[in-house]
Amino acid sequence: MIISVASGKGGTGKTTIAVNLALSLDNVQLLDCDVEEPNAAIFIKPLITEEKKAFVLVPLVDESKCTYCGKCREVCAYNAIAVCPKTYDFKGSILIFPNLCHGCGACQMLCPTGAITEIKREIGTIQLGEKEGLQFVQGCLTLGEAMSPPLIRQVKQHIDAAKTVIIDAPPGTSCPVITAVKGSDFCILVTEPTPFGLNDLILAVEVLRELRIPFGVVINRADIGNASVDDYCKTEQIEILMKIPFDPKIAKLYSHGIPMVTELSRYDDQFKQLFLKIKGLI
Amino acid sequence: MKICITSTGTNLEATLDSRFGRCQFFIIVETETLDFEVIPNANLEASGGAGVQSGQLMVSKQVKAILTGNIGPNAEQVLSAAGIKIFTGVTGILKDIIENFKQGQYKSASSPSVGSKFGMTT
Repeated sequence: MIISVASGKGGTGKTTIAVNLALSLDNVQLLDCDVEEPNAAIFIKPLITEEKKAFVLVPLVDESKCTYCGKCREVCAYNAIAVCPKTYDFKGSILIFPNLCHGCGACQMLCPTGAITEIKREIGTIQLGEKEGLQFVQGCLTLGEAMSPPLIRQVKQHIDAAKTVIIDAPPGTSCPVITAVKGSDFCILVTEPTPFGLNDLILAVEVLRELRIPFGVVINRADIGNASVDDYCKTEQIEILMKIPFDPKIAKLYSHGIPMVTELSRYDDQFKQLFLKIKGLI
Repeated sequence: MKICITSTGTNLEATLDSRFGRCQFFIIVETETLDFEVIPNANLEASGGAGVQSGQLMVSKQVKAILTGNIGPNAEQVLSAAGIKIFTGVTGILKDIIENFKQGQYKSASSPSVGSKFGMTT
């Protein structure tokens, strides 16, 4: 079973939920797919046993074979290729923008003269590790790199279907989030009861409905803000799976990199309950 | 000479749009006759590669010079590769700009004036 943890708004507690849920269960694999700033490892403290480089394939043009026909540019969905055609006083020119390339391979496949080959471009690393039986995988995008979906896909290739898989997704509602949550059996949307939390929750709900992934809501810092998230969930018939209070004890532990379930046993029970609730919903 | 000015409107009375890749309209003008073509910018809302695509459009339209406010690194590469002259820091009403251009009042730039994604926020 694959459970992803996502949220429209950043800083609501995705990693907190993902980590604590993972630590409350047996036979778990935790994937940190927030590759732009992976931080689950701060709380899990896994022993990293393997590290590998992650690449995307980008086109390389042999200009001696290129006729500057522009087919590659036409098929590039990411505007990563520009072609200046030949004129009577200009020999023609082709430009590749590797930072815009998603590595889909269309240009190489459709080049009529076979002028395009693909070369590897490093975009980050993948680390595999373990902590007391918990399997851990994280992606780490190279600083300044914009292309996170290919790395997220490569992290997800390590999914072990025999385990309970928990995916810590990046924040927001764009491509990286969709890449991370796609294929999940269930998605936990973490939010906070504030106008910002509600606004971004609504956007995330729209995404999950479009993707047809079952989901429920966890309200973090549930005793701040107002009742608008509760009201919204009621109107939309979205299950509120769990509420976590704005508790200085949790915050203090967090600031030391200690997950709440390791120190406060009542939360360990609550996260086990959360898992059972999810199981009942799918 | 065929030039392009980035514009906020659809005629020569309009004001220049200071963005290149994400300008509202490209106005392609023949400086001798003042005949012009208006092209709404299809890349205005692109999530990425607006500069590349807008640069590509200029190449396809075979313009010889671009007059705009700012230009990013990707667009600059495309335009330079095609030998299109770039004039940045230009402001004002299009018809005045054309007149100033004909009198040689603008200096061509050889490097991008802003970084990536600049036009997304302005």
